[in-house]
Amino acid sequence: METALVPVPDLNPALAEIILAVGALGLLMLGAYTKASTTRLASIGAVLLFAVAAIVVIGQPDSRVLTFGGSFVTDGFGKFMKVLVLIGSAGAIVMSYNFIRRENMDRFEFPVLIVLATLGMLMMVSANDLISLYVGLELQSLSLYIIAAFNRDSARSTEAGLKYFVLGALASGMMLYGASLVYGFTGTTNFDLIAGIIRTEGMSLGLVFGLVFILAALAFKVSAVPFHMWTPDVYEGAPTPVTAFFASAPKIAAMALFIRVMMGAFPDASAEWRQIVVFISIASMLLGAFAAIGQTNIKRLMAYSSIGHMGYALVGLAAGTEEGVRGIIIYLTIYLVMNLGVFCCILAMRRKEEGMVEDIADLAGLSRHQPVLAFLFSMLMFSLAGVPPLAGFFAKYFVFLSAIEAGLYTLAVIGVLSSVVGAFYYLRVVKVIYFDEPAQPFEAPLASELRVVLGASSIVTLFFFVYPAPLIALAQAAAGALLP
Amino acid sequence: MLDGQFPILSLVTFLPLLGALLILLVPSRAEVSDQNVRWAALWVTCGTFLVSLIIWVRFDPSTADFQMVEQAEWLGGAVTYHMGVDGISMLFVILTTFLMPLCILASWESIQHRVKEYMIAFLVLETLMIGVFCALDLVLFYLFFEAGLIPMFLIIGVWGGVRRVYASFKFFLYTFAGSVLMLLAIMAMYWQAGTTDIPTLLAYDFPYGMQYWLWLAFFASFAVKMPMWPVHTWLPDAHVEAPTAGSVILAGILLKMGGYGFLRFSLPMFPIASDLFAPLVFTLSIIAIVYTSLVALVQEDIKKLIAYSSVAHMGFVTMGIFAMNEQGVQGGIFQMLSHGWVSGALFLCVGVIYDRMHTREIAAYGGLVQRMPLYAFAFMLFTMANVGLPGTSGFVGEFLTIVGTFQVDTRVASVAALGVILAACYALFLYRRVIFGELEKETLKNIMDLNRREILTLAPLVATTIFFGVYPAPIMDVTAVSVENLIAGYEEALETYTAAGGSTGFINLAGLLGGQ
Repeated sequence: METALVPVPDLNPALAEIILAVGALGLLMLGAYTKASTTRLASIGAVLLFAVAAIVVIGQPDSRVLTFGGSFVTDGFGKFMKVLVLIGSAGAIVMSYNFIRRENMDRFEFPVLIVLATLGMLMMVSANDLISLYVGLELQSLSLYIIAAFNRDSARSTEAGLKYFVLGALASGMMLYGASLVYGFTGTTNFDLIAGIIRTEGMSLGLVFGLVFILAALAFKVSAVPFHMWTPDVYEGAPTPVTAFFASAPKIAAMALFIRVMMGAFPDASAEWRQIVVFISIASMLLGAFAAIGQTNIKRLMAYSSIGHMGYALVGLAAGTEEGVRGIIIYLTIYLVMNLGVFCCILAMRRKEEGMVEDIADLAGLSRHQPVLAFLFSMLMFSLAGVPPLAGFFAKYFVFLSAIEAGLYTLAVIGVLSSVVGAFYYLRVVKVIYFDEPAQPFEAPLASELRVVLGASSIVTLFFFVYPAPLIALAQAAAGALLP
Repeated sequence: MLDGQFPILSLVTFLPLLGALLILLVPSRAEVSDQNVRWAALWVTCGTFLVSLIIWVRFDPSTADFQMVEQAEWLGGAVTYHMGVDGISMLFVILTTFLMPLCILASWESIQHRVKEYMIAFLVLETLMIGVFCALDLVLFYLFFEAGLIPMFLIIGVWGGVRRVYASFKFFLYTFAGSVLMLLAIMAMYWQAGTTDIPTLLAYDFPYGMQYWLWLAFFASFAVKMPMWPVHTWLPDAHVEAPTAGSVILAGILLKMGGYGFLRFSLPMFPIASDLFAPLVFTLSIIAIVYTSLVALVQEDIKKLIAYSSVAHMGFVTMGIFAMNEQGVQGGIFQMLSHGWVSGALFLCVGVIYDRMHTREIAAYGGLVQRMPLYAFAFMLFTMANVGLPGTSGFVGEFLTIVGTFQVDTRVASVAALGVILAACYALFLYRRVIFGELEKETLKNIMDLNRREILTLAPLVATTIFFGVYPAPIMDVTAVSVENLIAGYEEALETYTAAGGSTGFINLAGLLGGQ
């Protein structure tokens, strides 16, 4: 009985996660044992942690490395997704830098919670086992529930947090139920082993049930129809930088997880899951397009917009090919960039007397008062609508390219037509900005941290077409790493 | 691959964009800066026009190959930055650069607020329009084709008339809806042929079953852009609400993109489908010619009348193009070019009196010849050109398209000829009500004739209309070889198809309905 001690697993592949975990606890200590307010320090610390983690991730090998008994995987795909997640989280913290102070949310837990959520997301991206998947997912979700309700004096914010929690717990329950079914019918929780068993033994009915439950939970996490109901309320209720965070990093992590589960654990069951993915993709695109038309609140509008965008990203997964995964990766990258920019613009919607405003009508005549902001906001809207030559067009181009290759013509036609409907409500924002008579001006100038994020986002969105090759090559490599 | 030459096409394409950046740097404070912006835009567009003339000079009309070709890596893999012109596209580049300075001049006084943004929008639009005609890669083409919607949307919406919001949305969404289907067709072609390079695709034989669907997808886009009946309804709205220069660009160049698309893609790439659908195009064309001419007859708004007449004239173009013989296609191209400057000029003429009276109601005018003889002359010339009077450029195109169609289908040509009569009705009716009669209205008693700027704007158009009406050879020479090549390729494809046992014409519809 000399092997009673479990050998220490190789920790190197999980170095970035370990740094974030230790760093989060360090920041927590700092906050808890310092008398003065340490929010700013914690924010800066969190961004530095993300930067270090990103450097560590980039330095990892591109090849597939397994650790923790095969439950944790790093590869080119994971690396790319983790960097995106880290950029999204860092962007959210930067954007909240002045906001949380102004809106009386000045507590050091805020950046710490974002770091913990990000840690969960990185684990989701790297999960290669149903158990590690669940651990990552729950760490992320629990942190997000609290962040949604962070503005505890606001009824809307607490309502958002509670709603998110109740529905999120339901999704977690479905995930667990599905996972236990899969375990019951395959005898393993490891993705590679599940894939092997399906390859040799085929799909049993119980396994299909398990797959459907897992799909439902994943659809909830990426806020795809019909599990989208929480999105508009949470987006509207949560403080704006939090909404920006919700719309970027967790979506990317959940989508990466979605791809990893489908491609890693169920590649030979694609006939079963493809029809479901096609359905939720079509439903998300259509709902995202039509339901947004009636919205008057810009954050609610962005919620429906993100539902639609997840539908477009899922088009690539429905294709189920390397081209499809490449399309999703490009889509998510560009979506992240545009989203951060748009939320910077939304954060700029602030008047001295009224504080933050969120009505689309408040944007009226922005082009007169702040022409640069108006121009960038409009370009981001055109980009979200997918009008060339802006980055959003290329995002759609690559996912639909994969759908056509896979022969999913109906999906592609419905997709592009719903993007025309979607263009209507994006144009409406541009119309309010440019065509309507000016309303009260917003507080100018923009805070410098917002200017940095907005500037970076706009440059990428506007000039992506000049030199698109690097991102495409990176995405190609990442997709190739997932599907050897 | 640059052929060891100077990248003249890229220079012409992106020169206006550079100009827009320059204007962006002009500080926007006083009234003075508006004037500076106007001058800067004028110089940039004039410069672009002069540089673009080099293209015409260096153009070799004896070959149907693409010339002044540039190619560079772009989207990775098979999608490249590929530019070049041939006999079909070259003159549209010149038309674009020719109309732009006139648009700037026409906006000199009528645009008084947000001058800087206005000029930037126009210069960006110019870059995108030239790019459409120069692009030799489908994705690049689509990029330019669609990107033009953004500045045009803003031009109509910001500087337009009363119902500008409705018009700008309708314009954007109609065109966008048509084009996304084309995008899917482009993707399908990419997977089928492995490239989006236009010269390569021109030589590629698409399977017959696929051609129909691709043709329909491209048709969705170009028919809206053209615009063909029944998807033309965005045009009258957009024209009426757009500022004068916006209408000129819409009628002069944006509409031509549809016809250019048919010539560049639909005919040579999908010949079998083009043959199959030619009756459909003929039907829609003569409906457009007759129906919209009748609609034009009852309009009370001058701009709307000209807009409907544009639809009718584009009917001649599609009819000529799908006649698929030399006269028809040459006539179609000539008609597009001629309509480019004639309808542009008509909109400028409307702009002249609109600037003075701020109404476009026909009933508000009458007897203008008494106080505006110069204007009456210019307006008459362009009206006659619009009708297709021999000696004006309008005649050549209309005549050739009807001659071409006559060889294919006599009935279609006869109905189209009826359209010419109707065109004379509405155009002369308009002219009589606006220009002739007694000058009775008090408000018109002090109206001034053309000023120097307006003369300068209209004079080049008068010269062009008469010159190419009398001597169309320079245009015909440029297009001849390319058109011959296009038709030869088309007939060869049809012969191969018939030899292989395929039946042409409507009988084939069963094949389409049966999928592959």
